[in-house]
Parts: sequence; structure tokens; C-alpha cells
Amino acid sequence: MTIRKIKLGPIVLTVLFGALSIFFLLPLVWMMSAASKTEKEVWTFPIQWIPKDWHFAQNFKTVWMGDVSFGLFYMNSVKIALISTLATLIVSAMAGYALSKLKFTGKGLVFSAMMAFMMIPEQATLVPRYIMIKEMGLYDTHAALIVMGMFSSYFTFLLRQFMIGVHNDLLEAAELDGAGFYRIFWSVMLPLSRPILATVGIIKFIWTWNDYQGPLIMLNSTNLYTIPLGMQFFKEEFGTTISVMMMASLAAIIPLLVLFLVLQKQVIKGISIGGVKG
Amino acid sequence: MSHHATVQKQLAAAEKRTFWTRRRREQLAGWLFIAPEVIGMLVLAVFPLVFSLGLSLTEWNLVGGLSAIKFIGLDNFAELFRDDRFLKALKNNIGFTAGTVPATMLLGVVFAAIIHKKLYFKDFFKVAFFVPYICSTVAVSAVWSALYHPSKGPLNQMLIHLGISDPPRWLVDTSWSLVAIMVIYIWQLLGYQIIIFLAGMTNIPDELYEAATIDGATGFQQFRRITLPLLGPTTFFLAITSTISSFKVFDMIKFLTNGGPNYSSTVIVYQIYEEGFQHFRMGYASAMSWVLFLIIMLVTSLTWITQSRKVHY
Repeated sequence: MTIRKIKLGPIVLTVLFGALSIFFLLPLVWMMSAASKTEKEVWTFPIQWIPKDWHFAQNFKTVWMGDVSFGLFYMNSVKIALISTLATLIVSAMAGYALSKLKFTGKGLVFSAMMAFMMIPEQATLVPRYIMIKEMGLYDTHAALIVMGMFSSYFTFLLRQFMIGVHNDLLEAAELDGAGFYRIFWSVMLPLSRPILATVGIIKFIWTWNDYQGPLIMLNSTNLYTIPLGMQFFKEEFGTTISVMMMASLAAIIPLLVLFLVLQKQVIKGISIGGVKG
Repeated sequence: MSHHATVQKQLAAAEKRTFWTRRRREQLAGWLFIAPEVIGMLVLAVFPLVFSLGLSLTEWNLVGGLSAIKFIGLDNFAELFRDDRFLKALKNNIGFTAGTVPATMLLGVVFAAIIHKKLYFKDFFKVAFFVPYICSTVAVSAVWSALYHPSKGPLNQMLIHLGISDPPRWLVDTSWSLVAIMVIYIWQLLGYQIIIFLAGMTNIPDELYEAATIDGATGFQQFRRITLPLLGPTTFFLAITSTISSFKVFDMIKFLTNGGPNYSSTVIVYQIYEEGFQHFRMGYASAMSWVLFLIIMLVTSLTWITQSRKVHY
């Protein structure tokens, strides 16, 4: 009994769970290891975790300095993810402000309709959206992806929930100082909503960065490809050269992994808000 | 007089007598602020949904241009239920849900409970299990496809080493391809489930556990009698959203198997992609989209109806 009181249990469990989590992450460890190996060594068994013949630089060169460079896919992904995220934040913050703090006819109706729209799965409207994008002349442009990605009733809902909690006194004080609704939004509401804007922004950025279906349907030219499409392209070029594929996978994962490790609190909080209140 | 009323009075006094009274300005501002989102929703969600219902009643190959649209009534829907590939996709989707949703939820709640109550370095474990969720699905699919390699892959090498002379050929094996993808899916999603369950658990008051401990309840009894019942809303949320997400699975299927071999890993969204964007049969693909939409509506409302009686908020 006394042994249990000194909490031997948690220590043992922590060690066991530590082992389990390492096992869980093995596929990613294997990827990093394979990206640094020669093709022959990738397949040796038992697995040689630390490469004997260090091949990192050669694989890196194939991925980053080949005829079609991964760097181009990177630039495209960064551009699309940044613009989509910024546009979503602006559109959703504006709608969130209207739905939380402004009185106007039809507000209740708009809000209920938006909650209902959340149930329409994106995949069910792929065909008509593709036709519309074609008709608008936006097929095979980055603009198509940005336009399709900038409206989100889910993020609007999250922002509204946060903004409801902002004290009316602050907004009234600004109004007494002569600020109009636009000024209040820009100079009071947005700065006060910084924490939730950061959270929503990070999640939207991650989703856009990893999106595969949208670019697959809307893009055709290789020079417009984002990273997930670039991976598809690499699979067709180097599908049999696993060490190169693993270097490309590493390249696709690393930026988000770094972003996540730096901002893990916000990311986890953001995912949790959706789960508890959604 | 309350503070609020005073402020309102001061604001009213400050208002000049113009057409643009404060109320009218607020109306206008409200609509201007909401307009982009509403227009976006109408153009990119509501209109396409109606448009797709219309298209589902037609036979239209996009290549033939707008003049090639032919109204055929419900024929597409009738064809769906004679189409072996679609029926296979539907069956695979149901199997995929039945295999992945209970597994991720069960593992998720148990892992979350252990991390929440019993472990040191909680933050480390949250991050470790969450990492796959952050990673690009396409990139992790590439990794797993190497691990699954039939003859040279580490997984089968290990199985052979353990004495299994004829291990499954995973992604290229008709009876294993979907299972192999389900394993990757569960691996990637588990961290998400853990995070959501952990969020639910932090909302349960500590006093309940303290009282139970005093009464001599074991850890497992506490989990069964306190944690699980009070996680009702979280479980409800995850049951709906995971079921819906499992019906939308696409990235792994497209990247790893293209629905094969012999349609053993095809799913509804993959069929929509193939009919719509490879064969350009817009009407038929739209009919599939509507079946998907109806399934998702059905899941949502069924879960809602059955759970709303049991869940204690």
C-alpha cells in the first residue's frame, strides 16, 4: 500500500507511455533516417537507424535542385497559405463582429443559416464549384484556391464566440470618443481578438498547407503546384527511389513541424476549442 | 440610472439630427460586415448544392459543352444502385467508418485518461501523439507506402523475421488494401481524439475524483463511473465529426492506391473524383455527391436524435 502512495504507478506508466509514444513516432523517425541514406541502405534489415553511408546531401540536391525544384512548390504553398489565411481572418472577423456586437435586421436568420451551411460537406459540391471556377476563367490559377478557401462558417463561429466575450464598455468608450463602427472594428475589436485570431490563423494555415484535394482539382500546370501536389509529381518521377521520396516527405513536413513545435500551445488550444464548443 | 443607460443617453445626445441615425448606421454596418461571408456562403456552398442537385438529373459530359446537357430524371440514381463500383465504394466507406471510428475513439479516451491522470510530462505526450495530425497526409502516405512495401518493406521484413513466411502484400492486396489505409488513418487521427478528450476531461471538477478516492474507488472505477459519463458531450461531438470525416476520406486513397487493386479500396469521394474529374461525367458525379450529402445529413440527424436523450450537458 505504501508503495502506491509514493506514486510508483505514474513513474512506471510514464516510462511505458514514453516507449509507446516513441513506437508511435517510428514511421517519422524512419522517414528522417531513410532521407539520409543510399537507396540500398534504405532496405537493409535489421533497420540501420543511423546511416553508415551518409547520403543526405545527394538526396537533398535531387529534391531541391532538380529540373522541377521543390523550392517552386514551396513558394506556391507559402503564397496560397498566407493569402488564404489572411483573407479568411478578415472575412470571418468582419462577420464575427457583426454577429456578436452589431444589431441589424436578419441577424438571427443569417446566424442560423450559417450554422446549417456548416453541415454541407465540401466534397458534395466539388463538381459544381469546379464548373463555376472554369466558367469564371479561374481554372488553373492560385486565385481559384484562394477564393474557395477564404470563406468559413466554422471560423466565423469561433471568432463570434470569442467576440461575444469582449466587454461592451470598451466598445462604448470608443464610440464616445467619436469612433464609428468601422474604426471600432479595426482599432478596438481586432486588437482585442488577437489571441483567437492567432489560433484560427495557425489552424487555417496548417489546413491550407496540407490541402491536396483542392489543388488536385483546380490546378493543371506543374509550375503552379503546391507541396502536396509536388509530392504526387515526385511520386511519378521518383516513386521507386524511396530515399528521394523520403527527403521530399521530410521537406513537406518540416515547416509545419517547426511551426507546431514553436506554437504548440495555440495549436492545441485551437483544436480543443472546436471540440468542446463545436 | 445604470451605467449602460447613461452611455446610451450620452450617445443619443451626441447624435445630430440627420437621416443617418445611430440605428440606421448600425444596420448598414452590420450588413456590410456580414456581406462578404454571406455572399461567399451563397456562392460557394448553397448555390453549388442546388446546382449539383440539378446536374444530378442530367447526363452531361463536360467535354461536350453546355449544349450537351440532357435531362434524364432519376436515371443517374437508378444507375448508382446497379453500379458495382459505386456499391463497392459505399460498402468500403461503411467498413472504413466501422473500423476507424470506434478504434480511434476507444484508444483516444483511454490514452487521454492515462495522460490526464497518471503521467509526468503531460505536455510532451500531448505533442508526441499529435505530431502525425499536423503532418501532410500525402507526405505520411508516402512514408507508409515504403513501410508497407510487399517484399523489402520494414514491416514485412519484420513479419518474415517473426516466422510469418507469407505476410500480406498490404496496399497491393485486394483483401488488405483498405485495412492498410485504415491503419494509417487511425495513426494520423489518434492525436486529435486524444486532444479533444483531454479538453473534455479538464472540464470535469477534481472534487469528484477526490471524493471517489476517499470512498476507496480504484482508478478504473473512477474512469468508468466519473470520467466516461461526464464526457458525454465530447463523445457525442467526436462520434458525429469522426463519422463524417471518415466518409470524406480521399487523400490517402488517391495517393496510395487510386481505389485499387480491383476497387478494393475505392470510396465514395474517390468515385466522385474519378467520374467527375477523370471521365467528366458531371451528372453522374453529382448524383454521387448528393448520396454522400444525404448520408452525412442522415448520420448527423440520427446521432443527434439518439444522443440528445442520453447526453447530460
